[in-house]
Amino acid sequence: MADLRPPIESGAPDPMPYMHPVMKKNYGKWVFHSHPKPGVLYHRAESGDAIWTVKAGTQRQMDTYTIRELSDIADKFGDGYVRFTARSNIEYMVSDEAKVEPLIKALTDAGYPVGGTANSVSMIAHTQGWLHCDIPGTDASGVVKALMDELYEEFIKCEMPNRVKLSTSCCEINCGGQADIAIIVQHTKPPKINHDLVANVCERPAVVARCPVAAIRPALVNGKPSLEVDEKKCICCGACFPPCPPMQINDPEHSKIAIWVGGKNSNARSKPTFHKLVAAGLPNNAPRWPETAEVVKKILRVYKEDGRPWERMIDWIDRIGWPRFFEKTGLPFTKYHIDDWRGSRVNLNASNHIRF
Amino acid sequence: MAKKMYDTPMLDQLESGPWPSFVTGLKRLAKDNDMMVDLMGQLEESYKTKKGFWKGGTVGVFGYGGGVIPRFTELKDENEKPIYPDAAEFHTLRIQPPAGMHYDTKTLRWMCDVWEKHGSGLIAFHGQSGDIMFQGIKTENVQPAFDELNEAGFDLGGAGPALRTSMSCVGAARCEMSCFDEARALRTVINNNLDDMHRPALPYKFKFKFSGCGNDCVNAIQRSDMATIGTWRDNMQVNPELVQAWVAKNGKGELVNQVINMCPTKALSLKKQGTESKADGVVAVAVDGEDCMEIDNHNCVRCMHCLNVIPGGMLPGKDKGVTILVGGKGVLKIGATMGTVVIPFMKLESDEDFEKLNDLARNILDFFAENALEHERTGEMIDRIGLVNFLDGIGLEIDANMVAAPRSNPYVRMDGWEEEVAKAEERKSA
Repeated sequence: MADLRPPIESGAPDPMPYMHPVMKKNYGKWVFHSHPKPGVLYHRAESGDAIWTVKAGTQRQMDTYTIRELSDIADKFGDGYVRFTARSNIEYMVSDEAKVEPLIKALTDAGYPVGGTANSVSMIAHTQGWLHCDIPGTDASGVVKALMDELYEEFIKCEMPNRVKLSTSCCEINCGGQADIAIIVQHTKPPKINHDLVANVCERPAVVARCPVAAIRPALVNGKPSLEVDEKKCICCGACFPPCPPMQINDPEHSKIAIWVGGKNSNARSKPTFHKLVAAGLPNNAPRWPETAEVVKKILRVYKEDGRPWERMIDWIDRIGWPRFFEKTGLPFTKYHIDDWRGSRVNLNASNHIRF
Repeated sequence: MAKKMYDTPMLDQLESGPWPSFVTGLKRLAKDNDMMVDLMGQLEESYKTKKGFWKGGTVGVFGYGGGVIPRFTELKDENEKPIYPDAAEFHTLRIQPPAGMHYDTKTLRWMCDVWEKHGSGLIAFHGQSGDIMFQGIKTENVQPAFDELNEAGFDLGGAGPALRTSMSCVGAARCEMSCFDEARALRTVINNNLDDMHRPALPYKFKFKFSGCGNDCVNAIQRSDMATIGTWRDNMQVNPELVQAWVAKNGKGELVNQVINMCPTKALSLKKQGTESKADGVVAVAVDGEDCMEIDNHNCVRCMHCLNVIPGGMLPGKDKGVTILVGGKGVLKIGATMGTVVIPFMKLESDEDFEKLNDLARNILDFFAENALEHERTGEMIDRIGLVNFLDGIGLEIDANMVAAPRSNPYVRMDGWEEEVAKAEERKSA
């Protein structure tokens, strides 16, 4: 043990040594911003100092070549400082306006789309998927690449009523998070149990406790301790799968993709909201998921046309009402859209507020 | 030169199109990295079969119980030999980024060097919890890779039932909406409680997130067990020239449509100049030669909408601070829940203020550690025991700002009414 080095428990590093000097100097003293063009932000401080930010999309899962190339661009055309946003966009900060256009050109020439600011469709927040997750129903990076290829023009332009944030999640746990449009795996069949493995791999009481609808109980199968699922109760959520991999929930055919809309993180105008189910049953169609892309584009098309300035997806739907959302998008409204989880009656219409 | 690449017809289809391709990146790495050759082999198999092939395990560094995400391949032949042996171990190191995710290029290049030396060369900026994810490393290289990163000032993040890596918005570094020092708050709360991150022993995960204003750019209310959101309690600041410039450009009609009518509490109104209210907290700003916009600051909920529409024309007030919400979480197990207000306002400026924030965080972590059931998030615990019991437990007074509306059913025993009224009077006079 003597040669093992105890860790230095330093925690989250101080950002100051890594921060653009103008941002450091004016920390906490900004008074104004504007949006000169898509992908570019201008901020002015009390002191009169100004900084321009150029935002570009990345693939998030970056090889060292990409990171060095992005760094080369920062050294050659920027000031050597960057930051990443919560949606894995890269931001270049420069204190000289003259650097903005050459920087945009360098990024664009190297294949990094400049955009993602204000009322554009930003990069899709996403998870790990087949690349690294132990319980994925689909891929993450691939879905995002396929979708962003389709939404490229909406990323580099700012033509939406307000900003649009997207996310994808490769299982129902939804690590991708809430979004204006969220693309999430939805399992449609109960887990297939490998009874030979349960006893050795799973802590059975813990698995029983994970089930949100108490559909799992201990059982003896072929003389071995295992688990069984009441398939009439099972809601196919997959919560039993992480603590017990023999509860195989992923299915190449029956793990489908669902689309949810209207999640809003911001407190602006209405309080924050969670996204709501609008479409499901889409095939997990790697490598380009065209059916999913089609639904996402359809929703965006209608929102772009019908939303008013500053209305986020949910603000727009609140104004026009859900029946019209389904009417305008052509998406079918089914019994599965009617919430029956606990507390769900607050989601029902308890009024005569009906649009004709 | 690495070994020969596998055919990857599915993945190849993700190389075309205008968005940057991660597959092209993987291929570049695979040119001289056997691990990436095999990683691509396994990933192509996932694309073909629509199945994942990783399982977890136990891999860590000396002195810590978490922070490494172990991955072992499940794709094996009939003799239990991995089909893609060079990617049979493909772990991830979660590393905490500088608060606000700022980097200079020297640091980014150095990270590339470290990861090419010890790992696959694949790095994600960032994971959903906010970690830099150094992906793809064999078990034997985990300790040396961590040593090199750690000695240069970087530390492992959280995983499992532990305090998790945190996120703060760009905030004070570049945003006029910022109402507190987000990076300092993050580093105060996280770096004083690292034991709970590095030695996972909580009932389940616990996340702190810090957003400088109600725009909540890091989704703190939706996604964190304790959300710290910037706000202010005096009048918002106005810059009449910028408001007038906006109106001159967009027209008074659009001021009504995009600003006044979209205020959620009708705290804004358009008035003829000279007819403004003189009530306390009401500020009027001339929008042109004849009209003014009246701002009823006491009825403003700091939603940020008008500040977003007229940047610089309307700004947070000077008496800034934070609102604290507790109990936001994702789907498992009861469904997603938002955070709930537990502190409507506290100052966050002096050393003592930050100490108070840290005490509160520690207090909530302790209560969670002692009272949550296994695999129960804070929001679920509050659902189970009720907000009042939670507040009692951490020693906070109730406040009408904690509810969207009072109770709408009579199913509660209320024989302590007189006592509670006395407490309410006491709070009022305090």
